[in-house]
Amino acid sequence: MELKLPIYLDNNATTPMDPRVLDAMLPYFVEKFGNAASRNHSFGWVAEEAVDYAREQVAKLINADPKEIIFTSGATEADNLALKGVYEMYASKGNHIITCTTEHKAVLDTCKHIEKLGGVVTYLPVQPDGLIDLEELEKAITDKTILISIMYGNNEIGVLQDVQAISKIAHKHGVLFFTDATQAVGKVPVDVIADGIDLMAFSGHKIYGPKGVGVLYVRRKNPRVKVTSQMDGGGHERGMRSGTLNVPGIVGLGKACELCMQEMDSEAKRLSKMRDRLESSLKELEESYVNGNVNHRLPHTTNISFKYVEGEGLMMGFNKDIALSSGSACTSASLEPSYVLKALGLGDDLAHSSLRFGLGRFTTDEQIDFTINAVKSTVTKLREMSPLWEMFKEGVDINAIEWAHH
Amino acid sequence: MAYSEKVIDHYANPKNVGTLDKAKSNVGTGLVGAPECGDVMRLQIEVDEASGIISDAKFKTFGCGSAIASSSLATEWLKGKTVDQALAIDNMDIVEELNLPPVKIHCSVLAEDAIKAAINDYRTKNGLPALAEEKAAH
Repeated sequence: MELKLPIYLDNNATTPMDPRVLDAMLPYFVEKFGNAASRNHSFGWVAEEAVDYAREQVAKLINADPKEIIFTSGATEADNLALKGVYEMYASKGNHIITCTTEHKAVLDTCKHIEKLGGVVTYLPVQPDGLIDLEELEKAITDKTILISIMYGNNEIGVLQDVQAISKIAHKHGVLFFTDATQAVGKVPVDVIADGIDLMAFSGHKIYGPKGVGVLYVRRKNPRVKVTSQMDGGGHERGMRSGTLNVPGIVGLGKACELCMQEMDSEAKRLSKMRDRLESSLKELEESYVNGNVNHRLPHTTNISFKYVEGEGLMMGFNKDIALSSGSACTSASLEPSYVLKALGLGDDLAHSSLRFGLGRFTTDEQIDFTINAVKSTVTKLREMSPLWEMFKEGVDINAIEWAHH
Repeated sequence: MAYSEKVIDHYANPKNVGTLDKAKSNVGTGLVGAPECGDVMRLQIEVDEASGIISDAKFKTFGCGSAIASSSLATEWLKGKTVDQALAIDNMDIVEELNLPPVKIHCSVLAEDAIKAAINDYRTKNGLPALAEEKAAH
């Protein structure tokens, strides 16, 4: 098969929709357009039935009860609802939340908002491999702690936290455990019972489903968890999330979950094999470093720093052919590199030199071959152009130079 | 963000990448930026002592495409100018020539700083007083 360009390797940002998902959704735009809350006619019944079926498909993937699935507009909304909703609902119990520094902005910024409302938030640091220290976590718990919010898999480095150990610590102290599992659901087995998860957020567009639809899982038993709704209205979704249901989106999300359920095991094997090949080939380049723990991570992600070349400049060498993300943010006014990489303790130089590869369901071996060649030749070319590489080769200690910070 | 065609061209075919002998008295070297900021430029000029004209210019840059293009363009402009003429190169000339968007203006500032630093190095090596620091705000 002829290689079609450009190649998409940014599946942690979003995934293309699986055509089978689109097929499932199509009838629900024009023909079966009913409002799932219309109880008095067949248009409503058809829509409600479709939503119920999707709710089952979603629940099955994460070993939940369908009644525990709250549909939202995406993971960001689900994160907001979980954090703000628990903060409000459990105000009489306490006001302290524990999270960590490598969380997604949807969690971190919501926590900042909660601090403005009077909440107290502990931001746990992570170890150099990206995992939190479980002892630190337990030490951070106070009698005011109501929630621990630690992500399942990291979007930038793919590191999987030990959620089972975290939930055990939380429950030992009577604290609820919420996890943003946007990158993990559908990619690795996520089981809300075995993992001891009380609340969990994820979205459709990271699992080959549509954008604009997501889920907040809210446990109903042992313990029964409640969140205060953040949007007032018709009291949909058991009163936790008002707003007319996005029926086609929900149908698509359900189908996407069903496909992940069927294909996840074989897909994870295929992707990790390709990812490992990509990684080991690129590590043949001198001074290249994989960021984050390589034993506990998502099967489709790798994040590599190529020292002495700048990430954005590097991407420019192939970005007409390959779509990737860089940890460098030279376009922003602050010039700050990735806060996740900095949280691992990476120097700014390594953080500025990183690329994130996110493989996906439609990634092929041919695409990986092309990517290996393109990245290798661009790194080599830019190093020949890099004054830092020349200094390194001459044995000059770059850290000993007094740089003029600007 | 899309790059301008000129930036892409300088990135793909950079002019005057390389190293001049910094030990020579007629070579001035400017090293500006910092690895932590994601940009480091090294710009060198070689001055023909008889005519005072910059006979050669080389650069090496660690940075984004705009930083590479700015330094590549700067070396092109430097060659054939006298040292005094070179001092007149303004970062906004680079912005205009390369069509840099506002978030990339700092790349042109860095290139101007690199030119001035190289000239200062040349001046101090040859017993001339360094120019007063007059850096653009960045």
